[in-house]
Amino acid sequence: MPLTVTVSTTGQAATIDLTGELDAASAPAFHDTIEQAAAAGVRELVIRAHRLTYMASAGLRSLVFARQKLGDDVRITVLGAIAPVARTIRQAGFDCSVTLVDA
Amino acid sequence: MSPERIDAYPTRAIAGYGVRAGNPLPFGATAVPGGINFSVYSDRATRMWLVLFRPGEAEPAAELEFPAEFRIGSVFAMTVFGLDPETVEYGFRADGPFDPAHGDRFDPSRVLTDPYARTIAGRDVWGAEPDRDRLCPYRSRLVPDDFDWGDDAPPGIPTEDLVVYELHVRGFTCHPSSGVSAPGTYAGLREKIPYLRELGVNCVELMPVFEFDEHDNPRTDPVTGEPLLDYWGYNTVGFFAPKAGYAATGRFGMQADEFKSLVKDLHTAGIEVVLDVVFNHTAEGNEQGPTLSFRGLDNATYYMLTPDGDYYNFSGTGNTVNCNHPVVRDFVLNCLRHWVAQYHVDGFRFDLAAILDRAPDGTPLANPPLLEQLAHDPVLRHCKLIAEAWDAAGLYEVGSFPSYGRFAEWNGKYRDAVRRFLKGDPATVGELATRIVGSPDLYTGRGTAASVNFVTAHDGFTLHDLVTYNDKHNEANGEAGRDGANDNHSWNCGAEGPTDDPEILRLRTRQMKNALALLLTSHGVPMLLAGDEMARTQRGNNNTYCQDNELSWLDWSLLDANAGLHRFVRSLIAFRHAHPVLRSAAHPTCGVSWHGVRAGEPDWSAGCRLLAVTFAQGDERIHLAANAHWEAHELELPAPAPGTSWHLVADTSAEPPHDINPPTAETTLAVPDRYRIGPRSTVILLARPTT
Repeated sequence: MPLTVTVSTTGQAATIDLTGELDAASAPAFHDTIEQAAAAGVRELVIRAHRLTYMASAGLRSLVFARQKLGDDVRITVLGAIAPVARTIRQAGFDCSVTLVDA
Repeated sequence: MSPERIDAYPTRAIAGYGVRAGNPLPFGATAVPGGINFSVYSDRATRMWLVLFRPGEAEPAAELEFPAEFRIGSVFAMTVFGLDPETVEYGFRADGPFDPAHGDRFDPSRVLTDPYARTIAGRDVWGAEPDRDRLCPYRSRLVPDDFDWGDDAPPGIPTEDLVVYELHVRGFTCHPSSGVSAPGTYAGLREKIPYLRELGVNCVELMPVFEFDEHDNPRTDPVTGEPLLDYWGYNTVGFFAPKAGYAATGRFGMQADEFKSLVKDLHTAGIEVVLDVVFNHTAEGNEQGPTLSFRGLDNATYYMLTPDGDYYNFSGTGNTVNCNHPVVRDFVLNCLRHWVAQYHVDGFRFDLAAILDRAPDGTPLANPPLLEQLAHDPVLRHCKLIAEAWDAAGLYEVGSFPSYGRFAEWNGKYRDAVRRFLKGDPATVGELATRIVGSPDLYTGRGTAASVNFVTAHDGFTLHDLVTYNDKHNEANGEAGRDGANDNHSWNCGAEGPTDDPEILRLRTRQMKNALALLLTSHGVPMLLAGDEMARTQRGNNNTYCQDNELSWLDWSLLDANAGLHRFVRSLIAFRHAHPVLRSAAHPTCGVSWHGVRAGEPDWSAGCRLLAVTFAQGDERIHLAANAHWEAHELELPAPAPGTSWHLVADTSAEPPHDINPPTAETTLAVPDRYRIGPRSTVILLARPTT
């Protein structure tokens, strides 16, 4: 299932909705929205992931990209990731870079 | 907008890919603007190809021959544009003479693993059945350098303050009792960091984590006929690549990130990471072995060869890496720098390190250039460097390893002296005395930190088995009991193997505590084998290199079953950390006094089995008495400093919880200047102000 990325911004917070599969082919679209958020100078980024069905290594790398693009003082939350995705994020140690929150 | 880089454009096309002449350094694959730079050394190859794969596909996506003009010296270098560094897999195909008598074994039918491969695809999930017919079974990959290290910094613990804990990444949490979410992985070990902190160790020494193939073992279980694995992993396939099968995320190619997360969290917990590295041989074996990488790229450079072109076998595994060849020296150095810079590891333990000081013809060198280079390298400057100072061909250099003031050594003589004393061998007191003050006979001028003291390690019996078996029981290894050491200096305390005899069981527990008490009060760096603190058994097998099962895995239920032993070890480690007198960097001289049954009268005779010593530094006084005799003795104690009296820290003849008192809760003695030491027991006293 191809990835759909939508982004909305309220004040200094941006919310990115991901639907489908985040892999090497679709990661650039995700990166584009992160760059937009970074350019807008947001203080908080929420990645709504409950409709994300699969995250490949390129998708995991996108979280690192988000952290490094936005800087350490921006809170990044991954909201509602399904269990396999959340587990992989934790095992790779990326839960130190982003905050995982259940839906 | 920054200007486009001029070197980001191809100058020609090969096999549909834009390419240009590459940079010879760094070796391996490096992401550059618009593409990837590939660089590989071969002095004798006549032609070289870069072979590209798409993940999961059996056949190559493309083969690009390096144009002759892309060769600089003996390095083939080419930048290929339009490749995704996160997904591309690759190898090299090299052509040249096949003339073993002159050292050449080129085989252009093989696609070879890049010696500098940052990760390797092909062994992503531990135990998965390999496809032997697959072209290039170990495919090279790149690693993005984007890990979020935060403020990570090396703990920088002085070597003499270390308490090392040797463990196998998979075996530490693979047992169902471990309770971790990803058993047998870096992530699983990460979940056990709180346990390590509570135990008090401040350095983990990880058995090999460089990529290897666990199926690299031709033997079968003699009972079931099932194939045995290479569980330990001393047959390296990729020196720059973390073992993917040890990563819960290996199937996503995330093993580098998972390992880095482990290191980062260990550092946060104040625990250093030392890697057991194997540069003495590779997985290619002898001339019967597979051509995977070095052999097909430049056999005569990478391996020590006899004048007839055969492989020298100083490693006991079929080949020997030609460590003091200038190209190989650079390879080893670059590899170690990579693990320090990219993975933030704190040091290395060199397997069969005596091989690292052999010349290309096998002659031991007085001033081996590789070791000198490692000792003085700026990137490695603050790393711990630890040598297993012997090899499999009889070169034994404990105490004489060329250290350049930097290398510590696994002190095999410490191990043997403690074992022989504890089992009650005659004429052992003198050597024990030398060993517990940091082996000044071996390390004059190098200090106590040169001596990594241990009683047990992965090679040999566990501590439980050391006091449970007289003989090795290695039948399960499928080698008819021929493998493994025979000179174990072990004693079963009266019955071979498991027993219900309560006297024997009590004695075994006491003997384990005796060993641990000596180890953790000796000068030098103590190293524990993981699980010894809870009496892990391998059922008498002293060489479990091929046992990927409950024989090797740590059974965490032992933590409850042997809670008293665990408490004893934890308390002893805390005691060591609390008392600098046990950790002086210099060999203690004037602060040491020796005793026997009578204070100030040590008995160095062959029949004596009792030794006592007082360590003094400033106001601190610690008295250690070890009795390997089968009878109790009434000890006369030396006078402590004025205003202080001896307090009991530990007595291995007492039952828990009276076997050890926690810090500041040491108890006064019934008679201030005497103490009855039980048969085969160890006593530790601390001088504290008299209240």
